[in-house]
Amino acid sequence: MEKRNEKIRLAAAGAAIGLCAFALALLGNPANMGFCIACFVRDIAGSLRMHQASAVQYMRPEIIGLVLGAFIISLIRGEFKPRGGSSPMLRLILGFFVMIGALAFLGCPLRMVIRLAGGDLNALVGLAGFIAGIATGVLFLNKGYSLGKYYSQSSAEGVAMPAVQIVLLVILIAFPSLLAFSGKGPGSMHAAIAVSLAAGLAVGAAAQRTRMCMAGGIRDAMLFGDWTLFYGTAGIFLTILIANLISGKVSLGFSGQPVAHSDHIWNFLGMMLTGLASVMLGGCPMRQLILAGEGNTDSALTVVGMLLGASAAHNFNLAGIAGKGVPSAGRIAVLAGLAFCIALALVKIKEARR
Amino acid sequence: MIIVDAKGLSCPQPVIETKKALASRPEEAAVIVDNIAARENVSRYANAMGYDIDVSFDNGQTRILLKRR
Repeated sequence: MEKRNEKIRLAAAGAAIGLCAFALALLGNPANMGFCIACFVRDIAGSLRMHQASAVQYMRPEIIGLVLGAFIISLIRGEFKPRGGSSPMLRLILGFFVMIGALAFLGCPLRMVIRLAGGDLNALVGLAGFIAGIATGVLFLNKGYSLGKYYSQSSAEGVAMPAVQIVLLVILIAFPSLLAFSGKGPGSMHAAIAVSLAAGLAVGAAAQRTRMCMAGGIRDAMLFGDWTLFYGTAGIFLTILIANLISGKVSLGFSGQPVAHSDHIWNFLGMMLTGLASVMLGGCPMRQLILAGEGNTDSALTVVGMLLGASAAHNFNLAGIAGKGVPSAGRIAVLAGLAFCIALALVKIKEARR
Repeated sequence: MIIVDAKGLSCPQPVIETKKALASRPEEAAVIVDNIAARENVSRYANAMGYDIDVSFDNGQTRILLKRR
């Protein structure tokens, strides 16, 4: 009975997140990008002038809200717990490569689901890669892969990441001239600050309460035959699909999809890298932001790694180009990421056997 | 009794350790965790495997006692 309740809660939270994403796209965010962790972290990196890609620079309040929503609800529920020290540097590098893979494909796992619900078949190729990456990660987990135990940390350490979000919000509202903003392109398309922030807070709270994770659903199904977490993903997909069908926004096909490309091999391998690194981290990019809000400083550093990955993706021409594909430097970076993940897993599995 | 110490482990590892411990179908086992996601996930898994669950709290740790139904 309890299990059924959990599934209903996850599906309902998924539906709420789906509605937020759909509404955000109506209210100004780019098409099929109502909510995307990778894209928005990339926009924030641009806004902070960590990269100079002028089309993707905006201080996305959705990300700020996501962390703060999880922070507030975990404080209220007594679940805020400063902890860290489980291979922070390795997590930062894994976060970096999560981003390299996602930006090759042009979207995090959440946007992959949103793109699928819009009829973008390139996302189906990405999903196949994502599942392949998760399967590889599950294989490693079953062989004993682990990043080690975490330890209790001070309250100041746990609060640091949420506090950074408040600082970013104050800068956005009071000192926007410090930041870079896109004049055109996806970065220039956004809902009003208050709307974006409210949506982020709501999604953050819902995701914290339900432990929603785009990688976790498929991972748990493979590891334990447990589909509970997957109900969240299914709820997001079905809600956006229905909303898109009603409003006539589904366009089924590979070509002409918003902020997407049809470089199939690299859509597959990009999301494979993101799926594998997500399982090795213990959660998808969204889950990392939520955990960072709950006081998990390992996840906070993973988010920093994601920010660095996003900057590198645009500074070194690694990101996928909409309507074209993944440049050769980006292909090499995706392969390097996969090689890093496999090498790290082999080292960790060997360590576990000693 | 088999005791699984999953303190300091993030999901899904506490569940993987529980899965290993339950592979031999013991009458009883205890899993010690220290975060809520681990408590929920271990309880859910053990339930699905046909174990009753009794959760007790002690000093920031959570002890999940599993008894085969």
